[in-house]
Amino acid sequence: MTANRLAESLLALSQQEELVDLPKDYLLSGSEDEGDNDGEREHQKLLEAISSLDGKNRRKLAERSEASLKVSEFNVSSEGSGEKLVLADLLEPVKTSSSLATVKKQLNRVKSKKTVELPLNKEEIERIHREVAFNKTTQVLSKWDPVVLKNRQAEQLVFPLEKEEPAIAPIEHVLSGWKYHKVVKKGKAKKALKEFEQLRKVNPAAALEELEKIEKARMMERMSLKHQNSGKWAKSKAIMAKYDLEARQAMQEQLAKNKELTQKLQVASESEEEEGGTEEVEELLVPDVVNEVQMNADGPNPWMLRSCTSDTKEAATQEDPEQLPEPEAHEVSESEGEERPVAEEEILLREFEERRSLRKRSELSQDAEPAGSQETKDSSSQEVLSELRVLAQKLKENDQSRKQKASSEGTIPQVQREEPAPEEEEPLLLQRPERVQTLEELEELGKEECFQNKELPRPVLEGQQSERTPNNRPDAPKEKKKKEQMIDLQNLLTTQSPSVKSLAVPTIEELEDEEERNQRQMIKEAFAGDDVIRDFLKEKREAVEASKPKDVDLTLPGWGEWGGVGLKPSAKKRRRFLIKAPEGPPRKDKNLPNVIINEKRNIHTAAHQVRVLPYPFTHHWQFERTIQTPIGSTWNTQRAFQKLTTPKVVTKPGHIINPIKAEDVGYRSSSRSDLSVIQRNPKRITTRHKKQLKKSSVD
Amino acid sequence: MLQRTDAEDTAQQQPPLANVCQQNYGAPQDPVEPAGLRSASHVTGSSLGKAEVSCGSRRRWAELVPESSWSPAVGASKMKVKMLSRNPDNYVRETKLDLQRVPRNYDPTLHPFEVPREYVRALNATKLERVFAKPFLASLDGHRDGVNCLAKHPKNLATVLSGACDGEVRIWNLTQRNCIRTVQAHEGFVRGICTRFCGTSFFTVGDDKTVKQWKMDGPGYGEEEEPLHTILGKTVYTGIDHHWKEAVFATCGQQVDIWDEQRTNPICSMTWGFDSISSVKFNPVETFLLGSCASDRNIVLYDMRQATPLKKVILDMRTNTICWNPMEAFIFTAANEDYNLYTFDMRALDTPVMVHMDHVSAVLDVDYSPTGKEFVSASFDKSIRIFPVDKSRSREVYHTKRMQHVICVKWTSDSKYIMCGSDEMNIRLWKANASEKLGVLTSREKAAKDYNQKLKEKFQHYPHIKRIARHRHLPKSIYSQIQEQRIMKEARRRKEVNRIKHSKPGSVPIVSEKKKHIVAVVK
Repeated sequence: MTANRLAESLLALSQQEELVDLPKDYLLSGSEDEGDNDGEREHQKLLEAISSLDGKNRRKLAERSEASLKVSEFNVSSEGSGEKLVLADLLEPVKTSSSLATVKKQLNRVKSKKTVELPLNKEEIERIHREVAFNKTTQVLSKWDPVVLKNRQAEQLVFPLEKEEPAIAPIEHVLSGWKYHKVVKKGKAKKALKEFEQLRKVNPAAALEELEKIEKARMMERMSLKHQNSGKWAKSKAIMAKYDLEARQAMQEQLAKNKELTQKLQVASESEEEEGGTEEVEELLVPDVVNEVQMNADGPNPWMLRSCTSDTKEAATQEDPEQLPEPEAHEVSESEGEERPVAEEEILLREFEERRSLRKRSELSQDAEPAGSQETKDSSSQEVLSELRVLAQKLKENDQSRKQKASSEGTIPQVQREEPAPEEEEPLLLQRPERVQTLEELEELGKEECFQNKELPRPVLEGQQSERTPNNRPDAPKEKKKKEQMIDLQNLLTTQSPSVKSLAVPTIEELEDEEERNQRQMIKEAFAGDDVIRDFLKEKREAVEASKPKDVDLTLPGWGEWGGVGLKPSAKKRRRFLIKAPEGPPRKDKNLPNVIINEKRNIHTAAHQVRVLPYPFTHHWQFERTIQTPIGSTWNTQRAFQKLTTPKVVTKPGHIINPIKAEDVGYRSSSRSDLSVIQRNPKRITTRHKKQLKKSSVD
Repeated sequence: MLQRTDAEDTAQQQPPLANVCQQNYGAPQDPVEPAGLRSASHVTGSSLGKAEVSCGSRRRWAELVPESSWSPAVGASKMKVKMLSRNPDNYVRETKLDLQRVPRNYDPTLHPFEVPREYVRALNATKLERVFAKPFLASLDGHRDGVNCLAKHPKNLATVLSGACDGEVRIWNLTQRNCIRTVQAHEGFVRGICTRFCGTSFFTVGDDKTVKQWKMDGPGYGEEEEPLHTILGKTVYTGIDHHWKEAVFATCGQQVDIWDEQRTNPICSMTWGFDSISSVKFNPVETFLLGSCASDRNIVLYDMRQATPLKKVILDMRTNTICWNPMEAFIFTAANEDYNLYTFDMRALDTPVMVHMDHVSAVLDVDYSPTGKEFVSASFDKSIRIFPVDKSRSREVYHTKRMQHVICVKWTSDSKYIMCGSDEMNIRLWKANASEKLGVLTSREKAAKDYNQKLKEKFQHYPHIKRIARHRHLPKSIYSQIQEQRIMKEARRRKEVNRIKHSKPGSVPIVSEKKKHIVAVVK
């Protein structure tokens, strides 16, 4: 094999050195398989043998042929059979004689060298150049895209386009020193928080360390008395605050910060941790209800809770369809919360904290039983998490952190922080009966499937406490996670109403084919309101009502009697001035129950109406709205009129409009040296080169 | 009003309030007001209640505390005076030329006929637009052969250059509407003419294989009319265009040559295939890009810096000329022999952005409005049309009885006028907006114009308004050809639909109108 390869390389070498326009067959044969060659040889022999059987062919074989067919001036070929000479054949004698060692060495050296690729033809090279140049130009042109788009969408373009004012100085220069630093600090804090979130996701332990660091920083800050309003700056602000709104704001911020720093930290969470510890033992003994009650007290806003846990427990989210719109709203509020200034969040935080402590107290008074179902299996990880939570409480803005928390335990306290004030919760409570009602309706629609699902909200509605089925309890520990979801639901339905003691009815069946049922129910809900026939009848009724001629009331209050506020025209007068509309002709669709015939259509006005919805509009009301709003000065104020009638393109008479310039829109105009002319040397461009060029053009 | 006179009477009786009531025009100072006047305030619309005292342009409510010095009867006790007052700012004109202020109630419930009224206004505006549509301004005659090329002066709106088929170049003054200079530039056709970006000189190419540079100003007294430079070429040049910023120009013929003004040999020649190139144009925004169109039906783009063609697109028929959009660097429009114009994004040549159809014969020239929103095309069908860039149908067609095949067209740099040169030796000047009033407009005229324009836009889809706005009188030849081509097109479409209908689904590809005319894009 090695010899053969050697031969091949030798052959390649000879090609490279001597042959420029070698026929393709020869080139290919160099790389052909050896096995193929052998087979061919045998086949050739067979053919010869066969041909020798025939007299004619024998004569043919004897015929002389052109030497060039067999013997090439570029290549050595073995005689007769037309097969090529392989280097191995030549090397066989070399193996034996040691005197030819130098030749062998040279051959080996040759073998290690690579062949040089053929240069491409001129057309190919030019094509590559064009492609590269085109790509470059396209790139350059793409900078115009935003400008062009802006000009196309502009409400008004005034030509000639003047050169714009030089860009406003960067923000650092505009802001005064301390303001700038404040901005930077805020940005840094935000960034740090983000990083922390990331870290917590990846590595809780490291996050914990980080948290401690933050805590320490807070301590330092607290000790430093920086925010005590005793500094020079603060004093000056205090003087200015009387007159300057900004200064007042700054002062308030400072105060808020101070309050936040000096506030005593809640240590209640540690007790929770203890609870978690004791719980493990009593887990089996404690009935579910107790757990739930505890949960209720802990996380009063079910809507929030649901959205928090949604990440980890999708199954739970599908339980109640009514919840579906809620997450969005929640997220909106969340984003708003982020935008709010720090002080506001601070206030909220404090409120939650207070309420939480309140609840803790009530909880203690309510049930003496040790409670808590929130432990996860891994107690050590739980510990870490709880600790994390404690520290996380001290951070102001950790709204987002809720989502990442794996266990409900971690999330609930944070939820508390986010939940709205008690007054805000009231509407939710008010909504509840209605919601359940709808659920009941659903139940009517499909009793058999939804039975299990309905089970949950119903107890709350009816206040059935005694429905605690004993057969559920043994299952409870088995499906820990499941139960937690159920707890969320229970929370949902029992918030702020401690008198109504709900109970969970978590069942095995729910686990079994929950998804399937969910899906079925979802479909049912989706089509629940689609009563087409009733809709149509209603529509028709409305149409009939609308088409009926109306009575005309010509009563004028104050005529012929006492006028004033709160006085109504007398019945007699009303009777006198009310013109009864005559009964119109019967409707054409009176006896056609499935048809609504529009009798209002007027052929004469139809000639003036648009028949097809014009292009950019997608719905008729869009178009109608553009028509309905008047633009004339009769119906608009002068300013509105001017605004409504601004022409799209304004040109100044007598001014030359020059083509748009890169400098005008803030770009650097392209100069001649921008795209360098490619070195044109066709000999040096090979296929490899081509690949590189293409790659560079793509980049 | 009754109340007012009453108040004035009382004011005369008593000495004026020195501090507050100086500008309180006719407001009563009598603290006791007749109760019967209560309803009158509703009628006049003035305010009743606490006295409204105006100080200059400001208004404020004040409680009048009469001074005890002059009215001991009233006493020192504080009392509220209810009186009727009006602010003169609301009804007094500053000068008598001002319009009377008309108070209006804009409550929509009081205006139930907003839409019908505006509709009628729109209809009237549309009709008036057609009534006032008189676009033809002037005809510049003087050439003794067909006008073959036109050029704008880059710095002067009034100056226009034109080259004729007899080798004569004329410079025109548009305000005076006369020829200010005549140059016999070439033997045979003047194939192309372009001005230098600074406006001091211009270049011409002709059938005599020469490129000549001329001074814009005529020769002094006694001097001979001579070109600044003359370059003798080997082949005929069919077109020329000058770079927008540098002393470089490009000619086309058998190849595209880039010339330095100072040299007699091209600094760069670019070829792709062998055919005569009819026109070459520099991109006005990305000034190193060029586009050319050749008689082998293709449009080739070049980059001057890289000295190489970029891409080529082959269309169904020959493109006569192209024009770049002066506001959008990558957009150009090609005037084609197949009666259509194609607007391309040069980055995606395989599909034109828009196909503009309406001409009934080969389109010979195209020029963009300097605003980049519209372009004008000149056609062999003896008409010029104005197309919005984003519409496939023209918004306007201009023709006169005597105008023959229009060979060249230009949109002036202030975007107000259009010039076209035609076979019958005349250059015509048109308004770009047919019904536009020329000259200075008063602000009211301007407001009315804008309002009418908006109304027309708002109700443009209404059938009557649409019909009136679209109505144009056309010469019989063009009209009949349009009908004919409509029938042909419909027949073709029907055939295609039938073919699709009667063949296996998917076997006959549906080709969009945009793609239909593109033969290939060559890299």
